[in-house]
Amino acid sequence: MTGVASARPTEAAPSATTSPPASSPTAPRTGGQARRRQGPAGRRASAVLWALPVPVLVLLLWHTGVAQGWDVPGGIRMAALPTPGAVLVRLVDLTVGGLVDDSFSAQLWRHVWASLVRAVSGFVLAAALAIPLGVLMGRSAHLRRLLEPTLNLVRPIPVTAWAPLALIMIGIGDSQAIFLVFLAAFFPVLVNTVVAVQQVPPRLLEAAAMLGTSRWRRLWTVVVPAAVPGIVSGLRVSLGLAWALLVVGEMTGINLGLGAMITEAKVIAQTDLIVAGMVVIGLLGFATDRLLVLLVRVIAHGRPLLKEDG
Amino acid sequence: MTTGTGHLAIDGLGKHYGGDTFAMRDVTLEVSPGEAIAVVGASGCGKSTLLRLVAGFETPTEGRVLLDGRPVTGPGPDRGVVFQDYGLFPWLSVRENIAYGLRERGVHRREALRQATEHAELVGLGRFVDAYPHTLSGGMQQRVGIARVLALHPSVLLMDEPLGALDALTRRQMQDELVAIRRRVGTTLVLVTHSIEEAVYLADRVVVMAGGASHGVPGQVSAVVPVDLGDRRDTAAPDFQGLAQQIGDHVHSPLPEQEDAA
Repeated sequence: MTGVASARPTEAAPSATTSPPASSPTAPRTGGQARRRQGPAGRRASAVLWALPVPVLVLLLWHTGVAQGWDVPGGIRMAALPTPGAVLVRLVDLTVGGLVDDSFSAQLWRHVWASLVRAVSGFVLAAALAIPLGVLMGRSAHLRRLLEPTLNLVRPIPVTAWAPLALIMIGIGDSQAIFLVFLAAFFPVLVNTVVAVQQVPPRLLEAAAMLGTSRWRRLWTVVVPAAVPGIVSGLRVSLGLAWALLVVGEMTGINLGLGAMITEAKVIAQTDLIVAGMVVIGLLGFATDRLLVLLVRVIAHGRPLLKEDG
Repeated sequence: MTTGTGHLAIDGLGKHYGGDTFAMRDVTLEVSPGEAIAVVGASGCGKSTLLRLVAGFETPTEGRVLLDGRPVTGPGPDRGVVFQDYGLFPWLSVRENIAYGLRERGVHRREALRQATEHAELVGLGRFVDAYPHTLSGGMQQRVGIARVLALHPSVLLMDEPLGALDALTRRQMQDELVAIRRRVGTTLVLVTHSIEEAVYLADRVVVMAGGASHGVPGQVSAVVPVDLGDRRDTAAPDFQGLAQQIGDHVHSPLPEQEDAA
């Protein structure tokens, strides 16, 4: 059951830049190349400088490709795309209006809010069920033997394949989208929680038992705190999938939400709106992930957690 | 202070993990209240198994363990265990680690933390009550491990190679610390160690175990040697060295069964 666990997102790796020694005979060059022994601010600036060229290049190629109507191998007609500038205009118009002036102007927050509510509802519901179940399964071989075969049978069905059935089963509306988000978010949290719980050092459980903690209470006083890093990994994977399935869930019969917005944009062939919607969904995915990490940090309150994998 | 007097009776104890041979068998031993025994023997002789059975982490295949007349059925705070790898909770501070058992006993948070601070001070960790275990040296972590069980006033202290992970110098220092702690609390002590010198330094009696499943003979007690060296022991003194030598001979001499088999 480690298929999903291996897809854990990792913190951004420390930048691979190495500063040349301060006593280096080569004089520091001008501009961005001048990085010697630096403080955190300097290191951040150097990271930004390293990260910048690729997106700039991509934007430049994108713009040129659209302007000159390039045909990329694989049948990709770039002439069909909006230019980056057009997307930017659309993004501004979506947010504050006054540029394009159509029915989408200044409607961004309504769509964002509708999507956010659905994504968070499904995600929280999934976490609330998967974490306790995962803790119990991680500790009970009986429960694992009882549930794992069934779960392993259901899990390989792509959640997107549930979408048509969900629509018929639940009907058009919020619930159907929330159901898909829930389904997508449930398994990664469950799998990661089970694995994390199974890796809790037996010594800590012995210590708690010897200090007078009952079997059931140990789940709360030892197992859960020790499994937090793994649980959080699962939550982060789930959050990403939650957004993916939200868009699928919003594609049919819903008229508010980012998925609905880009679906409607497709119908009226507004590619700038489609790409603007994609950008917003990406930003939301990023922001909610950071928020989750921040939330965990606040709850942990500076406490060191058990290191993952030993 | 203690919840019981700390009289330990080990009666025909045996443990079988599967395979051909018992890991340990026919161990009968009586430890008087306040007495300190050290269990020594080659690795695999069952000395750790013995300790784990007394702690209640494992259930015996044969025989039983009685603490103050009551059979041991599982782990509990009347038998404080000190582990070689400390077993501290990394997400709790020193003070919270020591308070953990008190909180589990139902002591109010504020009072538990107050008592924990006292116990931290007793083991010389007064300045580190708010530190987290991973920031402490091995010796200091083990002081936390000792303080958290002493805070519960157990009837018996069970120590499984408590100083085994420490460097020689720290180990020496901690041995003196253990002597001091024993003098202060007077709790019955069962110490498992592979260091004969440590056993002679700390114990009233040294129990030598031999055999073990890997030798084809169940681990068993092969000798019990009283240590009559008084309170202040000098590891360099001839009588200390002589006793250590004598115990060393017991540890290294083969079991009678093995001789029969050979």
